[in-house]
Amino acid sequence: MAEVDIKNYNINFGPQHPAAHGVLRLILELDGEVVERADPHVGLLHRGTEKLIENKTYLQAIPYFDRLDYVSPMNQEHAFCLAIEKLLELEVPERGQYIRVLYAEIGRILNHIMNVTAHGMDVGALTPILWGFEERELLMEFYERVCGARLHANYFRPGGVHQDLPEGLTDDILRWCDNFPNTMNDIETLVTENRIFKQRNVDIGKVTAEECYALGFTGTMLRGSNVPWDLRKAQPYDVYSEMDFDVVVGKNGDCYDRFVLRIEEMYQSMAIIRQCIEKMPKGDVLSADHTVTPPRRTEIKTSMEALIQHFKLYTEGFKVPEGEVYAAVEAPKGEFGVYLVSDGSNKPYRCKIRAPGYAHLQAMDHVAKGHMLADIPALMGSFDIVFGEVDR
Amino acid sequence: MADLLVEFFQWAFGVTLVPWLAMIMGIVVGILAIVLPLLIAVAMSVYMDRKVWAGMQMRRGPNVVGPWGLLQSFADGLKLFLKETIIPASANKFIFLLAPALTFLLALVAWAVIPFDAGMVLADLNVGILYLFAISSLGVYGIILSGWASNSRYAFLGALRSAAQMVSYEVSIGFVLVTVLMCAGSLNLSEIVMAQKDTFMGVNGYWFTPLFPMLIVFFISALAETNRPPFDLPEAEAEIVAGYQVEYSSMAFALFFLGEYANIILMCAMTSILFLGGWLPPLDWEPLYLIPGWVWFFGKILFMFFVFAWVKATVPRYRYDQLMRLGWKIFLPLSLLWVVLTGFFLLLTDKIPA
Repeated sequence: MAEVDIKNYNINFGPQHPAAHGVLRLILELDGEVVERADPHVGLLHRGTEKLIENKTYLQAIPYFDRLDYVSPMNQEHAFCLAIEKLLELEVPERGQYIRVLYAEIGRILNHIMNVTAHGMDVGALTPILWGFEERELLMEFYERVCGARLHANYFRPGGVHQDLPEGLTDDILRWCDNFPNTMNDIETLVTENRIFKQRNVDIGKVTAEECYALGFTGTMLRGSNVPWDLRKAQPYDVYSEMDFDVVVGKNGDCYDRFVLRIEEMYQSMAIIRQCIEKMPKGDVLSADHTVTPPRRTEIKTSMEALIQHFKLYTEGFKVPEGEVYAAVEAPKGEFGVYLVSDGSNKPYRCKIRAPGYAHLQAMDHVAKGHMLADIPALMGSFDIVFGEVDR
Repeated sequence: MADLLVEFFQWAFGVTLVPWLAMIMGIVVGILAIVLPLLIAVAMSVYMDRKVWAGMQMRRGPNVVGPWGLLQSFADGLKLFLKETIIPASANKFIFLLAPALTFLLALVAWAVIPFDAGMVLADLNVGILYLFAISSLGVYGIILSGWASNSRYAFLGALRSAAQMVSYEVSIGFVLVTVLMCAGSLNLSEIVMAQKDTFMGVNGYWFTPLFPMLIVFFISALAETNRPPFDLPEAEAEIVAGYQVEYSSMAFALFFLGEYANIILMCAMTSILFLGGWLPPLDWEPLYLIPGWVWFFGKILFMFFVFAWVKATVPRYRYDQLMRLGWKIFLPLSLLWVVLTGFFLLLTDKIPA
């Protein structure tokens, strides 16, 4: 009998698909249920963020960073502020640094709750995400109490943070830290040791450390493959050097390891949050250099110069000395970097954003090959992809 | 039923019915007496499913339409009824519309042989269990036809998965049925129920005997048979969106939906009849028989349905190959082994029913 050439079965996974975590169009070539090729098409959520930033003053550009990875907004602001501060050689008051670290870690937990439970949902466990969202809601309230917004915070500023913490907030955060492990335990009883969950995730999407380097993986994806690389330890920014926490690593680099690793990272983040609140000194939260930071409201009421400074800052913005800089933070999804080129004006000449999700998504074809169709959502869940940052 | 009707017509209108007309009318009334409550039960079971599920997820569930949201399902039904039936341009129209009708029809037809109480059964077939088995095997046609006729890639994948899955799990269901009917010595559902009277230490039902593992196998296979989590691969939202239902809207979708839930209730009823003692009270104790049998039966169905909803809220979904492995490599040998063991047990203890 002559050999028959059977054409592979192509399906469009997305751009509108409940498990695509946004607007991913993934073209899958299937041989039965086995994935032969996965071709991610990015750009459906492209908003031209980088170009928009280049047409705004530095202060006006900060909110764009909230809209990148909208699951952990403040962590992105952090990178942008660090980049500007590096160019300006601006010192951040210690209390400001502590608050930033505190909120960066809250952002990490926000992100990991979302990811861990969504990962569960991708493999069919529908309950954890609703339990997780209850906790996320509480964390969002902490966001709201410092900056007035749940998502689009615009709280981190070059030179510190916009406002000091309101009274009683730290106590509430500590109380939350006491209660959160209960919810986590509940979620874990449903999925972590569940046989079906394990069957769906163990040995799925394995990547070795070498592959991670080659593909540009960072963050949990890299640590899942047993590489203890964490920018918070490797090149500490703000007050991370004073924090006592562990870099968690996985052993096998599969979906399950990454899942467990994220849960453990939440506990580490909680430890950092506790330390921040405990060690936080009194004092200013924003640098007193009023060419960059706005004068305080009381000053504006009494001082003509302060009023003028305030006006100039919010209309013209501040000028940043010529030069280029790369600043990166350990965002919950991986290394989130901002490459900033300044021509000495009040707007960035070039702002290149390095989003971790982009690098992870490009590996889809490499990792998904040979897996089954049902593994694609599991992979996507463990890659932790958010299209705000991938498509920018 | 026919005699009653003749008497009723005599009394109410003073006319005597011809026997064949009385018989047909009797059957029609009987069918309506099952189908109408069944459809209401389906609507309420959707509500219950959602409420149980919501409770486990710390939500409130439907609570707006009617008192405690009780009318939610009817509102949904009305909405679906008023929507436009969209038939994809490339679909095979006839089969596309036939498929949901078939699913719905088969889900209802199966109820003909279910005994709700002693003697309360539409068709007291002496091969009732084979009839049920045959009807539930046909159920796969509705799905595979819809998947093929939709001419959509997602629907096609869903249909293929579903066909493979339902066929695989029917095999183990078949062997489970064999163990039960070996013990009961009859294929008639009413007699199977009666055989479960006082099986062991005054407990009614086969679940309290060494047949218990078969109850588990049957329940899990029933989950697979009705495409419920963790076996909801044919409609896996995260993978193939809604599988075979993806192109359906309006009443065509509603028929699938109703059929699905009618099937789930049917499976609950089957579990009750085969293992929990049907309309018999849980214990063979005289005062319990004062409560009518259909109340016990209804209670058992409710309990099984709760377990169905409970499972849905707590488990992740199997992958295709794992599902097949479970069906063929674990359930099939296990149930086959149990058939042999049961046979030996009955032979050695001289308990083969006459």
